[in-house]
Order: sequence, then structure tokens, then C-alpha cells
Amino acid sequence: MRLEVIRVIDDEGRVTHPEREPKISGDDLRKLFRTILTVRLLDERMLRLQRQGRLGFYLSSLGEEATHIGAAHALRPGDWLYPAYREVGAALYRGYPLRTFMCQLFGNALDPVKGRQMPVHHSIRSLNFVSISSPVATQIPHAVGTAWAAKLQKKDDVAVAFFGEGGTSTPIFHTSLTFAGVFKAPAILICRNNGWAISVPRSVQTAAPTFAQKAVAYGLPGVLVDGNDILAMIHVTAEAAARGRRGEGATLIEARTYRRGAHSSSDDPSVYRDPAEPKEWERHDPLERFRKYLLAKNEVTADLEAQLRREILEEITDALQYAERQDPKPPLHSMFEDVYSDVPWHLREQQAELDAEIAKHGNKSGH
Amino acid sequence: MPEMNIIQAVNDALRLEMRRDPRVVVLGEDVGRFGGVFRATSGLQEEFGAERCIDTPLAESGIIGTAIGMALYGLRPVPEIQFADFIYPAYDQIVSELAKLRYRSGGEYPAPVVIRTPVGGGIRGGHYHSQSPEALFIHVPGLKVVCPSNPVDAKGLLATCIRGEDPVIFMEPKRVYRAARGNVPEGEYTIPLGEAKVVREGRQVTVLCWGAMVHTALEAGEKGAAQGYDLEIIDLRTLLPYDIDAILTSVRKTGRVVVVHEAPRTCGFGAELAATIQEKAILSLEAPILRVTGFDTPFPYTLEHEYLPDANRILDAVERVVSF
Repeated sequence: MRLEVIRVIDDEGRVTHPEREPKISGDDLRKLFRTILTVRLLDERMLRLQRQGRLGFYLSSLGEEATHIGAAHALRPGDWLYPAYREVGAALYRGYPLRTFMCQLFGNALDPVKGRQMPVHHSIRSLNFVSISSPVATQIPHAVGTAWAAKLQKKDDVAVAFFGEGGTSTPIFHTSLTFAGVFKAPAILICRNNGWAISVPRSVQTAAPTFAQKAVAYGLPGVLVDGNDILAMIHVTAEAAARGRRGEGATLIEARTYRRGAHSSSDDPSVYRDPAEPKEWERHDPLERFRKYLLAKNEVTADLEAQLRREILEEITDALQYAERQDPKPPLHSMFEDVYSDVPWHLREQQAELDAEIAKHGNKSGH
Repeated sequence: MPEMNIIQAVNDALRLEMRRDPRVVVLGEDVGRFGGVFRATSGLQEEFGAERCIDTPLAESGIIGTAIGMALYGLRPVPEIQFADFIYPAYDQIVSELAKLRYRSGGEYPAPVVIRTPVGGGIRGGHYHSQSPEALFIHVPGLKVVCPSNPVDAKGLLATCIRGEDPVIFMEPKRVYRAARGNVPEGEYTIPLGEAKVVREGRQVTVLCWGAMVHTALEAGEKGAAQGYDLEIIDLRTLLPYDIDAILTSVRKTGRVVVVHEAPRTCGFGAELAATIQEKAILSLEAPILRVTGFDTPFPYTLEHEYLPDANRILDAVERVVSF
């Protein structure tokens, strides 16, 4: 089967499919642009920080920003996002403060998840951005369950799961799409096909020509979209959300993109991939394409971009200094909280044991 | 008070909780039209409709995975896993997601899912309809684990779990699903988690047990009394958090402990109980703590009654701790 790759603009930012071009206010266009730019600058800065040994670990979104920022724009704030770990732009688009973002990275006393997870595993209840876990694709059934629950409660919220193409090889991907299809859950399942699952290329995850076509077997529509075209991402996500709200069920979206950076700060892609490949994808850069589109529409100017860059860099520096000023560790007893809704006797005992040990030997070093 | 078996009591608890709270939904394989292979959800779809008592595709990971998404949205899902032996496809969802969501989100995203599942052997079920995997769940921080032995406790404990804020593995002892009968109070009531029950008072040996083994232990208690043994039998009811106070009170009285469970011995929950008791009450102990358990083999089919602890094996252990 052949699927068209949905596009709105080409690599030069020229509108090739005006019938799909979403109607977006000037303010929202600039907000989208600013968010992509923020993720870009943040990723650069955080990777440098990690190299300097000031941050334990980092995951960048370089080249994939349009997939999730576009999706976030197409949804309502009440819609639920179940991210993997390369979608922080969606949270920033919804208003995640950079200071909080930074405190999570440092796992410090003001980290909303209390220093319990590695960097980039955010959880933002106020923005319906659900806690990230490291296992791959485990969040897909949650999005289906949330969407299904909304439907059962006669509410018109939709839920989105983001995952990489590697995630489509898991049994839970199959199971989740089965449930989504059978129960017509208003879920949007966005596969960021970025070409690589750490060192394993896309060709090892499936013999099928596309991931989108997998939808057919579950009775779902499958959409193939240029994930580096933010307007196309907005277009297909808005259509999927409208389908869901109309009671027509879930949609699988394959967003074709490319992981231009390493999998994580612990990875070195030069060992397994031809450097010409990421170079080639620079031609399809989502930021560059959107910038050209906005310049042509006169919604952004070179001066405005320069100003935005200065503002964003200042905000990043402020957030960094803010996070580094905080107590580097959350309170000791927070380790024993939130395991359960109460603290059962065995955890109270273990907490007392740790208190006694620290009273005897002093605070632990490290981190 | 009507006499009920455990299945009827579970059914009653589900029905009352579904009437009380519209957020409670039941989902699983065969739970809807058929009412469950053990009939525990019988009549629920008739009363509450197919959107609250839901027949799902045959995929345990999907049942638990979607239940988690429902709970995060605000529902109170009570999924059924048809046999605990089939829970492993959902193990990743239970261990990596359900158990950790509250913690890893800094308390933002609790997922109160109560997973009901029949456990235990003695029903000619072979490897895959007989196992008792409680230790695999007790070992996972974030889960509470409950295993009633009788209809009165089953109803009250299940209601507590459904009204609670934590994920629970609710294990139902299928061998005594119908055999264990009792006068169950009508209407709603709850029994707190973490409280054991002394089901036979005695002074000589403390026998710790749960689920179907409570009945085996009671049989040993009767039989032993005729031989001059005086057993104190404690039904733990909640396995995590377990009732350490009730256990230690009894141990301080008797000085001798036998732990009974169906699951294999090595790294079974009996090991945890024995370790904790000796840490807290070694000077009260008059003898080593013995375990009467299933053997460290896969659960056998034809030889299941040789595999399972029975009253004689319990009394042999009692004899050894008494004569130590």
C-alpha cells in the first residue's frame, strides 16, 4: 500500500498544499517559533553542561521539535499528553517554566518529582503532561485508557501518546492499538519515526514500508506526515483530534523525522552511522523551514528572531542559575513518601534506620 | 446475614462499590456477558451496562495498561486477570508503571487500580492455573498485596481496596472460592488493610498463613489438638503491609513459629516473615522458624496434593519446633 506523505510547506518554507495550511494567528505562529527556538537553544546549552560535568544526563530533541510542538498546538489544554522522552517542547509550549524544567534536570530540592528520576523525566499534572518513564512504549496503553475513560465519561478530551519507531516493535504497541480500535478510544498515537533506536536503524524495526500502514490491521486510520513540517503536524493532529471528538476513535500518525543528535548524552553515533546522513537531514530542518515560512509571511523578522534568541538565552541562564542555587537534594524523608498514599510501618522503620545511619556517619556525598 | 461463598462475596462487594461510586469499572476477559469464568462478575453487566463491566481483548498487558490510563483520568478500574498464572504479560505494566507512577511523578499521578486475580492450586490446574505469585508483587515497592481466606474478609477487604488510593494486587484463593462459606453482613462494610486476624487462639506454636492455607492450617489445628498440640493460627489477610504487631504479639507468647504457604520456598514470603521475626524477637524464639511450603519446582499436575502443604506436613513442622 502506498501512503502520501502529508506536507504543507517544502524545505524552502513555500506552501505546497494551501488547502491544508492551518489558520493560525500571528501571535500563535510566533509562540510556535519561539518554542522551537527555545528547545534548540536549550538542547545546545544542556549538552554543553553535561559535557562539562555539571549535569548527569541529557536527551536532546534536535531535528524533531516540530513533531510534538505542532501536535501540542493542535490540541486543547485539557487534552492529555503521554510523552516518551523527546517531547519536552510540548510541555514548554503549554507553559512549563524553564526554572522548573531545570530543577527537574538537577533533581534538586525544587524538582517537582523530588529527585526520583533521571533528567528529562518530567511530570506536569497542571499541563496534563503525564510522568515519563524510561521503558519504551509503556505509555501507549495509558493514553488509550485515558481516552477511553474520557469517552466513557462522555467528555470530549483526547489523549496523545508519543513514541519512537522502535516502540512499534513492542508487544504493548500491538495490544494498545487493538484496544484503541475495538473500543474506539479517542487516542492519537504519534510515532516519531526518527530513523534510529539508539544504534539500530529503522529497517530493523519492521519490514513494512511504513509504520503508518500498521494501523490498517487494527481498523484504524494511519497517517504518514512529514514530521519536520510543523504546519503538517498541526494539520494531521487537528484532524485526528476532531475524529476522536466526533466519536470516530483513534488515529495512528507516523511522523517522519530524523534524530540528528545522539540518542542521549551517553551515546556516540559516529560509531554506527554515516555522518553524511544527519548532514543530509539538515536540509529538512524543521526550524529553518518554519522560519522561511514566517519570514515570507512577515510574521517574524530577523530583528525579532535576534531579540527572541537573546531573551531565550537569558531565560536559560536565569533558570540554570536558579536551579544551581537550590539545595541540590530533596529532603531526606521524601525518599519514603509517595510510595503509597500513606507511609506503612516498614517504610517508617527504614526511614528511621537511614536517619540513624546519617546521624552516625554524616551526610552522604555524591550527586 | 446471608450465607455466601467467596465468589458471591466478591460479587457483592463489586456490585455495592459500583452502585456507590460511578467511577468504578470492571474490565477483563469474559467478565461481561459471561460473568467471569468463576462467575465473580456475574450479573454486573446486566446491572451496570457494557461500559462499566467490560469484556476486553485477550491481552493482560492491555487490560492493566488501559486500566492505568483510566485511573489516571479519574476512574476506579477493577481489572480481573483470569488466573494469576496469566498475569505476566502485564508484569511490565504492573512493576514499571502502576507501582511507580505515584512515586516517580512526585505524588502527582497516583493510579488506584485494584487487580483481582485467582491464585493457588488444588483444582487440577497444572502449571498454569495453580500458582501463588504473591512474593513477586510483595517485592515491588508501590503495590499493596491482599489475600483473603473467607467471604466475610473478601467482601470487606475488596471494598477497602476499591475505596483506597493505592494499587492493589487482590489475590483470591480459588480452591476455596466455593468451599469457604460464611455469614456475610448485608450492605457495605470495610475491613482495614494491614490487620491480621487470629483465627485460632493457642499458646504453643504460631502458624502464619493466608488464603487457602488458612483452611489447611485450621485443619492442622483441630488434628493437632487431638494430639496435644496447641496452635495459634494467624490469617495475615494483608500481605503488604503485613501486621507485624499481631505477629510479634503471638510470637512472644508462643516462642515458636511455622509459616505456611503454597508458593515455592526459596525467596517466598515465608523467608521474609522468618527474617523479620528473628530480627525483632530472637530472644522470644525457642526454636528455628520453619517453613511449610510448595516445593521449588514448577507446580505439578498429577502430584499436586503431594506438592501442596497439608495438615500432616504442618503438624510435622509443629512437632519439630516443639521438640527442638
